Amino acid sequence: MADKLLNWNEVLIGATIKDPGNSKNYETGSWRVEKPIWNPDTCINCMFCWVYCPDSAIKVDEKGNMAGIDYDHCKGCGICVEQCPSKPKSLAMILEANAKNKTEEDLRKELFSK
Amino acid sequence: MGKKVALTGNEAAAHAMRQINPDVIAAFPITPSTPIPQGVAQFIADGKMDTEFVTVESEHSAMSACVGAAAAGGRVMTATSANGLALMWEILYIASGSRLPIVTAIAARALSGPLNIHGDHSDVMGIRDAGWIEIAAENSQETYDGLIQAIKIAENKDVMTPATVFFDGFDISHSIEIWEMEEDKKVKDFIGEYTPLYPLLNTKEPVTHGAWAPPDWYFEHRMNQLEGLLNAKEVVKQVGKEFGKEFGREYGLFEEYKMDDAEYVIVAMGSVCGTTKDAIDSLRAQGVKAGLLKVRLFRPFPYQEIAELLSNAKAVAVLDRVSPAGAQGGPLFTEVRSALYDVNNRPPVVDYTYGLGGRDTQPKHIKSVYEALMQIVNTGKVEKQFDCLNLRGTWG
Ligand code: SF4
Ligand code: SF4
Repeated sequence: MADKLLNWNEVLIGATIKDPGNSKNYETGSWRVEKPIWNPDTCINCMFCWVYCPDSAIKVDEKGNMAGIDYDHCKGCGICVEQCPSKPKSLAMILEANAKNKTEEDLRKELFSK
Repeated sequence: MGKKVALTGNEAAAHAMRQINPDVIAAFPITPSTPIPQGVAQFIADGKMDTEFVTVESEHSAMSACVGAAAAGGRVMTATSANGLALMWEILYIASGSRLPIVTAIAARALSGPLNIHGDHSDVMGIRDAGWIEIAAENSQETYDGLIQAIKIAENKDVMTPATVFFDGFDISHSIEIWEMEEDKKVKDFIGEYTPLYPLLNTKEPVTHGAWAPPDWYFEHRMNQLEGLLNAKEVVKQVGKEFGKEFGREYGLFEEYKMDDAEYVIVAMGSVCGTTKDAIDSLRAQGVKAGLLKVRLFRPFPYQEIAELLSNAKAVAVLDRVSPAGAQGGPLFTEVRSALYDVNNRPPVVDYTYGLGGRDTQPKHIKSVYEALMQIVNTGKVEKQFDCLNLRGTWG
């Protein structure tokens, strides 16, 4: 978030933003209905999900490998799940309501152990 | 002193663009403004200017390319008319909201339907709330002079707002008139170099243009934008004076023709002002104190100055080259009438729609307006607040 809400005569001309990349500071993942869960056991690190995610919400580690999902920005669109090519898929969606109070481990077991 | 040339209004606009030599022109042909980009393309092909000319598939794309080029930091121009301007509409707001000083030449034309390619102000009045500076030119000379000044006005640091200079389609765009063209170098020196505020291509200071402004930001940005547009009024005066000093033709917010003692006043914009001046001359010869207030700056509208000038008149007629479209009168009328509400001596104000779709307006029609004004003063009664000039059948 910007430090302070500015007055009309304080904002930058043309709504220009001089500190690029500040969208990182805005948490926009709160209105998600479904959330993707990642299974590292079957993931082949193809990074298709990273390429396709419209919100840059796929985390990448220093080696360039898939490192999980940034839930502060993920909108739950499910595109990553659709295009995941591993067999079985290494991503699955679950309703936020059904994921409540469950750990990542619980959710992985629930979704991927079949 | 410039060189006297005999060229059309469109050629005047194309020559202004050649001398301004902007970084980018993106344009799509549409009657009656087509000869402008055509002329520019010829100048580029002949090596007389080195503007990057972007050919696009529509006016929506033309204005979009202009926005991109201006955000990148370029000096940018385009030209259009009528439905082409209407197709640009969405992007016009993005240009003004992003504070990109793009300058557009408009050969003003009727909007379809029915299909019509001739002159009126339907297009330029349709964009009057788009946040652009709107400058009306009476003839080719004012079109040429206006485009050169518009660059300086739009790029002024306190303004940074896109501008349009409009002139009547065919009446001016395709008529050959004698006007003065200044030397290339003098024009170049007059407009100076353009230093953009936050160019996208400056990788040392990366910026974002066109970001999302949620409800807690949008309002502030829109009012910040309005301030820039309003600042244009003083800058138009200042640049008009500088232009006069440099080239001998001074400009202001409006032109007063025989206004000093005028009792019967017409307020108008564009080429009809030439006809009106002619009518005034013959009426003055008969002792009628007729005058003309030719509005040059339509946006931002200089309402205080105009109200002050008109408060001395006995009766005022506004000429709108557009249908009132359900309002009390045309856009110029409603502006003028509203401005007069605040002055103590309010003359009666009537409105005329004229010249739609290229309909001819002759001195006799203008004289009939002055006669109606005289009758209003003589009888103390306004029979018709709105009427049409040279329309078949009686209106209202
Ligand atoms: S698309 Fe699937 S397999 Fe590929 S990196 Fe993403 S999660 Fe792993
Ligand atoms: S659900 Fe959509 S937004 Fe979330 S990580 Fe997958 S592709 Fe990105």
